[in-house]
Amino acid sequence: MDWYPLYNSLRIALISSVIVFFAGIFAAYYIARLNRVVKGILDVVLTLPMVLPPTVAGYFLLLLLGTKRPLGIWFMENFGIKLVMTWYSGIFAASVVAFPLMYRTARGAFESFDETLAYSGQTLGLSNTYIFWHIRMPVCRQGILAGAVLAFARALGEYGATSMLAGYTPGKTATISTTVYQLWRTDNDTLAFQWVMVNLAISAAVLLTVNMLERKSKRK
Amino acid sequence: MSLYVDIEKKFSGFCLRAKFEAEQEVMGILGASGCGKSMTLKCIAGTIKPDKGRIALNGVTLFDSEKGINLVPQKRHVGLLFQNYALFPNMTVQKNLMAGVRPWEKDRKKARDQVREFVERFYLTGLEKHRPSELSGGQQQRVALARILLARPRLLMLDEPFSALDGYLKWKLELELMDILKEFDSTTLFVSHSRDEIYRLCSRVCVMENGRSAPAVSVKAMFEEPKTMAACQLSGCKNYSAARPAFGPGREGGAWVLACDWGVELECERPVPENITHIGVRSHAIHVALGEGDERKNVIECRILRIVEDVFHMVVMASPLNGASGQDGSQLRLEMSKEQWAACARQEGEVIRVFIDPAHIMPLVSSE
Repeated sequence: MDWYPLYNSLRIALISSVIVFFAGIFAAYYIARLNRVVKGILDVVLTLPMVLPPTVAGYFLLLLLGTKRPLGIWFMENFGIKLVMTWYSGIFAASVVAFPLMYRTARGAFESFDETLAYSGQTLGLSNTYIFWHIRMPVCRQGILAGAVLAFARALGEYGATSMLAGYTPGKTATISTTVYQLWRTDNDTLAFQWVMVNLAISAAVLLTVNMLERKSKRK
Repeated sequence: MSLYVDIEKKFSGFCLRAKFEAEQEVMGILGASGCGKSMTLKCIAGTIKPDKGRIALNGVTLFDSEKGINLVPQKRHVGLLFQNYALFPNMTVQKNLMAGVRPWEKDRKKARDQVREFVERFYLTGLEKHRPSELSGGQQQRVALARILLARPRLLMLDEPFSALDGYLKWKLELELMDILKEFDSTTLFVSHSRDEIYRLCSRVCVMENGRSAPAVSVKAMFEEPKTMAACQLSGCKNYSAARPAFGPGREGGAWVLACDWGVELECERPVPENITHIGVRSHAIHVALGEGDERKNVIECRILRIVEDVFHMVVMASPLNGASGQDGSQLRLEMSKEQWAACARQEGEVIRVFIDPAHIMPLVSSE
């Protein structure tokens, strides 16, 4: 059995989770501070990938990053980098689709944060950076952790946008989900089933880890 | 002058206008809930920006809308004790206290020594490893106060510090707070809706009503001679009547008023101001005349409406016979000890004669 899809899926999911983690927190923190109109518009735009079919999200990404599209051409001319049909194209796809999950859960956590904690930190003379990393983030830890896990799980299982952006090339762009589909389509049921079991094992492991982390933090 | 505040802040349907000065003293801000007390404190601390005005502390301008000065809270050196104490729930007591020292003491060892000293001073020994949620209300308040004082503020502001506590504990903490304030020895603003707390803890008081602050007066003056309806109500007075100066034969000297709601003319100790709109009389300053021969000044004939037994005294609601009938405001509220009331031996529905000592009538001006 060729383990490349597992390796590729994991690295795509991990990298896009990290991107989405910081981008989601950043967006949740700053958008909450904007005025109502701008907030409403940005909120809709940033949440759209969650409700759109992933293939539609993939289509929009192709319009932006495709080899004959402005961003694609610019990157090709300046850096000689192709943005689609490579393994890292999966990162773009997974990030965009997983982002709303992180953004929305983090925003919910920040909104329930008692702002007087931040105020009292400020009057004590603590810097805003310190307050953010040592008070706001730990207090909102549960929600942020939940968002990160959801985003990771979504990135790991991404199929629609990935298949449009990265396609399926064995040993190059294949991920677990695209592999399962390919194997099933080509009547290779036994191998498809094996990959399904691998996927199940990873998902169960992720959920178990989260539960253990939560129990640990509660005991503290 | 150590603290100068003159600010304006508009909200939807609410306008805050606070103006007062405080020396090295404990100054009270007394007002009903929602009158803008907490907002004033937040403006001084810098977590809310006023629309215009000026705030200065010990000669340093914290905020000046004309000069465009608006210091961040971190640079104001103002300690604010929030109503809910705002302890960081993710940190132990020790770490919460360290957060107060951290901004000015970079040496970790010296910082820990400071914290240890305050742990002892605030009776927190043994609680260092606990989280705020594991502490009682009184312990939480001590941690919060210790944390604020560790940050070495130049002004201390307490926002309803006892509102979250009940009876006995409240009194214990109040005694503790008196000692702490004595040691602090800088300007303190004490916000409360409780006249008793203000009376016990403050030297001067500034009354706020609907977002407006009245000039600060000494606590004694505020309780003995309140000038406005709002101040009088906040001082705990329960009997009011619309009033205007009364003239005529035997009514010379400008010391007579017509109490419209009670339907009587009353004599005051001193001449009343011409713009008088109301008079106030405290419940325990109205006495029952015992016999027919007991002739005194300012007698009002009333019918007893209701006799309510309270824990330590009796409350008698009575309606003046000549009063504006049917209005709640026209009723008199008398308070006396149970023995005194037993000596009167009266029932609901009977008519009694009550009198008010001229010295206890407070002439008031409605603030509107």
